[in-house]
Amino acid sequence: MARIGVFICHCGENIARTVDVAKVRDALAKHPGVVHSVDYRYMCSAPGQELICNAIIEKKLTGVVVAACSPHMHEPTFRKACAAAGLNPYLCEMANIREHCSWVHSDREKATEKAIELVRFLVEKVKRNKPLEPIRVPVTKRALVVGGGIAGIQAALDIANGGYEVILVERQPSIGGHMAQLSETFPTLDCSQCILTPKMVEVRQHPNIRLLTYSEVEDVKGYVGNFEVTIRKKARYVNEEVCTGCGACIQRCPQKRIPSEFDRGLGRRTAIYIPFPQAVPNIPIIDREHCAYFRRGGCRLCEKECPRGAIDFNQQDQLLTEKVGAIILATGYDLIPSDIYSEYGGGRYKDVIDGLQFERLLSASGLTNGEVLRPSDGKEVKSVVFVSCVGSRDRAKGIPYCSKICCMYVAKHAILFKHKVHDGQAFVFYMDVRAAGKGYEEFVRRAVEEEGVVYLRGRVSKIYQQDGKLIVRGVDTLSGMPVEIPADLVVLATAIRASDGIVELAQKLGVPVDEHGFLSEAHPKLRPVETQVAGVFLAGACQAPKDIPDTVAQASGAASKVLAMFAQDAIEREPTIAKVNEQTCVGCFECQRACPYRVIERKEIRDRQSNLVKVVAYVNPGLCAGCGACTVACRNHSIDLEGFAEEQMFAELSAITAA
Amino acid sequence: MKQATEREQLTRTDETPILLTEEARRFTEEVIRRSGERVDWCYQCGKCTAGCPVAFAMDIEPSRIMRLVQLGQSERVLKSKAIWLCVGCQTCTTRCPQEIDTAKVMDTLREMALEREVAADKEVVTFFRSFLDNIRRYGRVFEPTLVLQYNLRSGHLLQDADKGPLMLSKGKLPLRPSRNGAIVRKIFDALGGRKR
Amino acid sequence: MTAYAYFPGCSAHGTAKEYDRSTQSVCAKLGIELEEIPDWVCCGASPAHAVNHLLSLALVAKNLDLSPSDTIVTGCAACYNRFKTTVHALQHDRPLWEQVKQIVQPTKLNGRDFRVLHLLEVIHEFGLEEVKERVVKPLKGLKVACYYGCLLVRPPKVMGFDDPDNPKKMDELIAAIEAEPVEWEFKTECCGAFHAVPHPEIVLRLTSNILQAAKDAGADVVSVACPMCQINLDLRQLDIQKRHKVTFNMPVLYFTQLLGLALGINKSELGFERLIVDPRPILKEKGLM
Repeated sequence: MARIGVFICHCGENIARTVDVAKVRDALAKHPGVVHSVDYRYMCSAPGQELICNAIIEKKLTGVVVAACSPHMHEPTFRKACAAAGLNPYLCEMANIREHCSWVHSDREKATEKAIELVRFLVEKVKRNKPLEPIRVPVTKRALVVGGGIAGIQAALDIANGGYEVILVERQPSIGGHMAQLSETFPTLDCSQCILTPKMVEVRQHPNIRLLTYSEVEDVKGYVGNFEVTIRKKARYVNEEVCTGCGACIQRCPQKRIPSEFDRGLGRRTAIYIPFPQAVPNIPIIDREHCAYFRRGGCRLCEKECPRGAIDFNQQDQLLTEKVGAIILATGYDLIPSDIYSEYGGGRYKDVIDGLQFERLLSASGLTNGEVLRPSDGKEVKSVVFVSCVGSRDRAKGIPYCSKICCMYVAKHAILFKHKVHDGQAFVFYMDVRAAGKGYEEFVRRAVEEEGVVYLRGRVSKIYQQDGKLIVRGVDTLSGMPVEIPADLVVLATAIRASDGIVELAQKLGVPVDEHGFLSEAHPKLRPVETQVAGVFLAGACQAPKDIPDTVAQASGAASKVLAMFAQDAIEREPTIAKVNEQTCVGCFECQRACPYRVIERKEIRDRQSNLVKVVAYVNPGLCAGCGACTVACRNHSIDLEGFAEEQMFAELSAITAA
Repeated sequence: MKQATEREQLTRTDETPILLTEEARRFTEEVIRRSGERVDWCYQCGKCTAGCPVAFAMDIEPSRIMRLVQLGQSERVLKSKAIWLCVGCQTCTTRCPQEIDTAKVMDTLREMALEREVAADKEVVTFFRSFLDNIRRYGRVFEPTLVLQYNLRSGHLLQDADKGPLMLSKGKLPLRPSRNGAIVRKIFDALGGRKR
Repeated sequence: MTAYAYFPGCSAHGTAKEYDRSTQSVCAKLGIELEEIPDWVCCGASPAHAVNHLLSLALVAKNLDLSPSDTIVTGCAACYNRFKTTVHALQHDRPLWEQVKQIVQPTKLNGRDFRVLHLLEVIHEFGLEEVKERVVKPLKGLKVACYYGCLLVRPPKVMGFDDPDNPKKMDELIAAIEAEPVEWEFKTECCGAFHAVPHPEIVLRLTSNILQAAKDAGADVVSVACPMCQINLDLRQLDIQKRHKVTFNMPVLYFTQLLGLALGINKSELGFERLIVDPRPILKEKGLM
């Protein structure tokens, strides 16, 4: 005998303003099977939940329907309340009379009628609900961190210090990411390498961290707590066990003019190289595309020079398979190409560079030893113009967002330039100055008040060359004056974009990506380090343009989620998944064809003599998302959704059509 | 009541106060509707001003014109000389990050200034009028009478007088006008006669 | 080969007669058929669109109606811009199209798919390799600053002509006739357009900048593709001389005149003598005449 309790929420004025809750309560009280029907101002509050608990015990309820907001908001809340009172939580459901009723209608009479119907239908379903237990899935207590920039490094260290194993995969030959390319960081002007390298070394030396550089994630299978990852460790052609990082091979290499990626094309490197002096691991790699041996045969001078015989031209890529329980994506960012505006030269002018290239010029360990020299002729730079918002906030270029960090690094660049060139002139063209972080506004004021940087409010219309200078045509809208500045060097603050390859990786994982290619967080406000995919987290600029403090905080946040997950031996999953009736299943596998999550497996049914009786479908309880596509495809109703069984759905539909 | 007006008198300045009246809002809406351009999207980056070849000569630079339109300042905008100095070179339109066709907005502002009879640049308006009168008459521009008419109407009687003989000797001046003015007149008439 | 409908533009029989003549000669020589649109009227240029957008659309629409062919070519950049803008507006705005039809009362517009080309595009379509084969007098040693002006290239979404900041179509043609196109930064800087009449000082300032840039780039001559640009850059050198005491002595030729010279067309059809700053001395000096 069904004994259903109905609880109708006013939600303050949100529901009660449009829906006559008293009327709904009274109507439901008369519905067959309903033994308790009340209304209350805020059901989700403590007293509201107490009402439910007390009613369950006093009235011996067999099911609960809470008519209130969306189950997305409070289903867990009310289910917990029911569980506390001893009622299986899956016997509690919510009727949405807010988002589906009071918020979208204005006619009080009709809205009330609709609310009554919505609750009635759900009562009919709940009468047929069965108690369910959450599915417990074991957890592999090892984490995978994809990306070895500051975000990945921080996350890996936090998890490793928490006592768990971490595999850190980085596709460049060294970890460090873009932070390693910076000369100094705002707002403290700390030397970037100095604060970063200790962490990089810590990663290398940590007993719990397995560092795989020059490696990429090739495939991911499985589900939360039980991922199986395939990693391609690309061939460096150097034996890591044997190499001591002495650098003799690099000295010997005759190919010396290859544009350096680390210096963003401004500097040169050899074919066998270590990307930068502080690289971790400090082991060289051979660039196949430019190595003389790989291109034409011969040479092999590095091999001859190496005192330890560490060079191995026959080295192959390795494919490693690892089992992990959680994945953190920390793949970072890149800059858009600096030839984006043809009116700024379209990439033709050597002395029009982007922010990261300027960092390499400023860096004491960079190509010019920290002297600010023109890339075209090596001459001293006496006047520099910084252009903000190059690509960012530009609807016409399809980049409507703000790249967040440029206002700060432009101020930093200007300050550092003035430190190095005391009699130099620095100009900044800006639209707005965004300096919201701690100490940020003061930092920008320092550029203006102490260093004499001239800030001009307006965009730049054109940059062209004349008499060995770059003429920058812009405007100062505050004074209404068009301005023309002849500069030795122009630095463009180009827009931030997601790293290459992130869309493909996200697709492999099933993680959504936004329209600009950044990874989507599970909820923009309340779940900033998780993704829609259970067990996959994110940190850093792969989610959105971000500075270092926020990146480190987010990385630690993602690590804490992983640590929380690993603190338990099993993860609980919602039991509202598909289940196969193995008696009636004929093994046609239409369900497998329909399943978008690839969770249907083949299961052999054998008799006691181990003879094969039949092959049936089997739903992997760790992976099924409960979408129900299989239940539609199945021809003889051998598969159904727990908690949303056909019988329940038909009961609901019948109640609707009877109305 | 009397006290209020006295205080108003005391605190009033000579500058035109910016008030967003109903009239002001209507002006903004009219410009947006007639030009078909989202002037309200302009965020004052100034790229149009920075690239405008004649901004140096304008009383109100292009980005400021857009701002004044946003604030409904029809007087200042329609009485400006700036909208007549604009040559329609399309540099602003090409480079606007908010994809606003600024040159088109300038066209609309000129139309409106003529309608309200407040066009402020005598020379440019006279030139345009002479040009359009010329093609109404002949169908195609007949340069000799165009120049003569402009000089007479503008009062710059001797402008380019030195060029006349030179052009003539080089055969650069047509001697006979074309004769298909009727086609053009028909179009003008269909547009409701000439008011500009 | 079907003929292109040719829209000469108002200055073709007046101040830009040499452009029209050299255009016709060059096309005849290359076998490009041009059929002048009968009874064509002024496109309205700047004054029309500046005071009444319907008027500017209507004038062009009338010409489209009169056109014997769907492919229209013109040498004037302003006319080219007006035609392209009108065709673009009419293709994307049905209600506007209806309004224009009311005014123009066209008889032959429906169902036509107009293609508007500038003469430079026609030569490119003809094929620069073909042009090169027919060169009888390579213009070796002549340094040319190719000046495109504003309306050929902007706005790029409508004009689709070439890169709006560093276009190459004229440069490539000049290179094909073996002259030397110089690299310079003022290819698309505005000359001041119609202000030659109401505010000449503006034109003097803007053209001075352009001519100086051409000079600094080492150009012997400037090559143009628009009658307005030509007259501003050429004729106004006299005013620059008179008022500002600066002498550029930089000949400004239509690209068709240079092309005609290279193709061996008779000088009488090219009109060098009609230009204000005489190009003949420098052409003779380079052994091209």
